[in-house]
Amino acid sequence: MSDWLLFDPMFRTAFLTGLSLAVTLSLIGAWLRMRDEWLAAFGLAQIAAAGGILSLPLGLPVLVTATVAAGTAALVRELIPHPDNSHYALMILIGWSAALVFAGNVPHGNVIGESLLRGQLYFSHPGHLVSAFGLIGVLVACLPWLQPHLLRERFFPDWYSANRIRAWPHRLLFGTLVVFAAVLGTVAMGAFPAFAMFFVPAWVAFALVRGWTAALCLSVALGVVAYVTAFIVAIVLDQPFGPTLVLLLAIMAGLRFLPRRN
Amino acid sequence: MPPEPSAGALITLEEVTVGYTGPVAGPVSFTVHAGEVLGLGGANGVGKSTLLRAITGTARVHSGAIRRMPGLRISHHQQRPARPPELPLLGHELLRLLDADHVREPLAVIPLMDKPVRAMSGGQFQLLQTWACFAAPVDLILLDEPTNNLDSQAIATLSDLLHNLGEQRAVLLVSHEQQFLQEHCDRIVDLGT
Repeated sequence: MSDWLLFDPMFRTAFLTGLSLAVTLSLIGAWLRMRDEWLAAFGLAQIAAAGGILSLPLGLPVLVTATVAAGTAALVRELIPHPDNSHYALMILIGWSAALVFAGNVPHGNVIGESLLRGQLYFSHPGHLVSAFGLIGVLVACLPWLQPHLLRERFFPDWYSANRIRAWPHRLLFGTLVVFAAVLGTVAMGAFPAFAMFFVPAWVAFALVRGWTAALCLSVALGVVAYVTAFIVAIVLDQPFGPTLVLLLAIMAGLRFLPRRN
Repeated sequence: MPPEPSAGALITLEEVTVGYTGPVAGPVSFTVHAGEVLGLGGANGVGKSTLLRAITGTARVHSGAIRRMPGLRISHHQQRPARPPELPLLGHELLRLLDADHVREPLAVIPLMDKPVRAMSGGQFQLLQTWACFAAPVDLILLDEPTNNLDSQAIATLSDLLHNLGEQRAVLLVSHEQQFLQEHCDRIVDLGT
């Protein structure tokens, strides 16, 4: 019977939403790893979850409150002169504790808190799908312009100030993409599965291939394979999707031990 | 905004004191003209790197003025260039970031073109970054301790680049190696001890 569920139209929205996010998160994850900001994705996901829980008392859509919370955290991060993993770790702690405190004190907070932290992909609605498609469209459209800026700033950090070139446009765009990806990933997949999708595919891809484009392609391919496999396994074996995805990605991390091409 | 430097000058520092929260170096004055290699010498910790950072806008100018030629383009080879761990970026991909992949590279750089940054030795990465700064379409090249980690062949490559600079561009070279400065610079500004 579970096999038939795979072809149920009810699951199409969920499947396509997750598929779009698998591409987006694994691609952005590669940029975050290149910038050594991959832990920030987990911090933003936790903050988004905390903000999402507040949607109930505020009477607003989860996407709105989660975006406001994650956007505020990203803005604060930008104001820190040299943000590093210590700041991102603090963001995780704040997000996690706030999410659980809100969940414990808001009517039905535990239910939505559980879904945001663990993930409830099957309850994705068309709004999520449209947002995920929109995000992937913006990402693909911006890629040729955004990518050289991100790489240049990493290797030649004072190129922009030395040549009086404005750096804020590409920083703002990338920050916005990360926030929306973290929010959508958290709302649709859950904070931990979204972070795993940001983190693992790029981590594996960077270790295995030569060349930046090859690394991006492999990162996305690994993310998609892990997602599709998790989706099928979760339905066929009647397992929760979020933990199944995280477990598969964790197993996939073993690919890092394959011989590296230098 | 400070006025422009005098004719032929790429950049002029006038009684400049630089630092971060407090002053680190200066006051110091000098002008860099097109076609010259100007050396900055001095003991460790005297503020040579901070002076370069003030020129690139990442350190603070506490007093004095830095005048730039209008439209001045600068590349900066940092003393400890950023190298993210495990990054699979290839040498030629890194050069492309500064539009520096259109110039014929020196012999010592050729083997690095298809090599991932993660697999390069410290000296190889240093040389690649230095070459990127030279091959980029810039007027002023800032080099901060470029001989660090370099073997004799790489130092010879660096020497060639400095000697064949051309008349349109200039180099501001920071090094604690006095002999290297004397051999390669047209003038040396000593920041003291």
